[in-house]
Amino acid sequence: MRTTPFRLKRVIKETFDTFTVELESTNGHTLSFEPGQFNMLYIFGVGEIPISISGDPFSPEILHHTTRVVGTVTKAMRRLTAGETIGVRGPFGSSWSVEAARGYDVVLVAGGIGLAPLRPVLYHVLMRREEYGKIVLLYGTRSPDDILFRKELEQWRARFDLDVHVTVDYGDEKWHGNVGVVTKLIPKAPFDPLHTMAMVCGPEVMMRFSAAELLKRGVPADNIHVSMERNMKCAVGLCGHCQFSSYFVCKDGPVFRYSQIQQPLAQWEV
Amino acid sequence: MKTLDVLLGEIELFHELDPKHIEFLAGCASNVIFQAGELVIKEGAPAKHFFIIRHGTVSVDIHDPRRGYLRLLTVSENEVLGWSWMFPPYRSRFDARAQSLVRAVALDGACIRQKCEDDQVFGYHFYKLFSRVLIHRLEAARMQMANVYG
Repeated sequence: MRTTPFRLKRVIKETFDTFTVELESTNGHTLSFEPGQFNMLYIFGVGEIPISISGDPFSPEILHHTTRVVGTVTKAMRRLTAGETIGVRGPFGSSWSVEAARGYDVVLVAGGIGLAPLRPVLYHVLMRREEYGKIVLLYGTRSPDDILFRKELEQWRARFDLDVHVTVDYGDEKWHGNVGVVTKLIPKAPFDPLHTMAMVCGPEVMMRFSAAELLKRGVPADNIHVSMERNMKCAVGLCGHCQFSSYFVCKDGPVFRYSQIQQPLAQWEV
Repeated sequence: MKTLDVLLGEIELFHELDPKHIEFLAGCASNVIFQAGELVIKEGAPAKHFFIIRHGTVSVDIHDPRRGYLRLLTVSENEVLGWSWMFPPYRSRFDARAQSLVRAVALDGACIRQKCEDDQVFGYHFYKLFSRVLIHRLEAARMQMANVYG
């Protein structure tokens, strides 16, 4: 798959160490994607990295990618200004089961920047609201300053057809929301476990503990999906950088059914 | 209006308790209300009660002279607040403040301790239930310490 040049419309600062790039095609070419998929973004002369698509799948003419500043490429990306060009290759990987979730309650459990790959799911299920049961978003971050998409979260919380619960590990006296890890929200969340499709995204430890709480609540392992992260380079399952047990995360994932990877996820050397 | 034994029987923590033990507990219980911002527990004060929150949210805070109040935990519906009443010196270790209107059942610590001494079968069951609360809190605290969001 060839790299296509996209024009940077703007860089949105989300938190002190995360940002979103908003991209538009330079030649009218739209890039349709499924929620959960990722693109390889290339900063010319610097490098190429995989970043989840965080925008609206119903508006593919504008691409959104949200990332944390962690290395050379993301540092260079944050410094770009409107009008500059980013190379885009994709979309790649498996997607969240939004179609299989029709008729089910949908529970999204996000930790930290893990909210970004789940945002397209929210756009999807809210656009087709009548096709789903209850929709619950449980979101945990380190502190109130680390909350992603704050304005949108406030809008989502104001809706009557969506349950949004945010929790932080540490709050200050200005914070009047929940304090505690995101797993603590699962036992009380309003959903029917046997008719729930759960989608979990965040660091591996958080996903493991969240899946354990969902299982404890009675959600079948086949109905729990997680998005894995590994060092992806080629994005087509050739280079082997992202091998995880018998899978390549770039090709077989990043979204997996929990029942598929429950065992390797518990083995630290995999 | 619901009586205290009915209210206590509805609390998840006590579902496994024998009805006669619930009635036993009700003898140590009272209904309490806190307005938003009101201090529920004061650090260093005698830990006379623990609370089962029925409505609203309470934050558990620690005051740092440099950083102000740090929110360590929030406790909401059906959760237990306070365990300093269980062991000497029976003094609270943290502040707890109502974040909204809070309705709770307050249980008198000295009264419960006495009942546990008087009826050790009840005491065993009660401390076993409470151990579960402590384990959940400990697990949650470890997760918070582990900085699981990367």
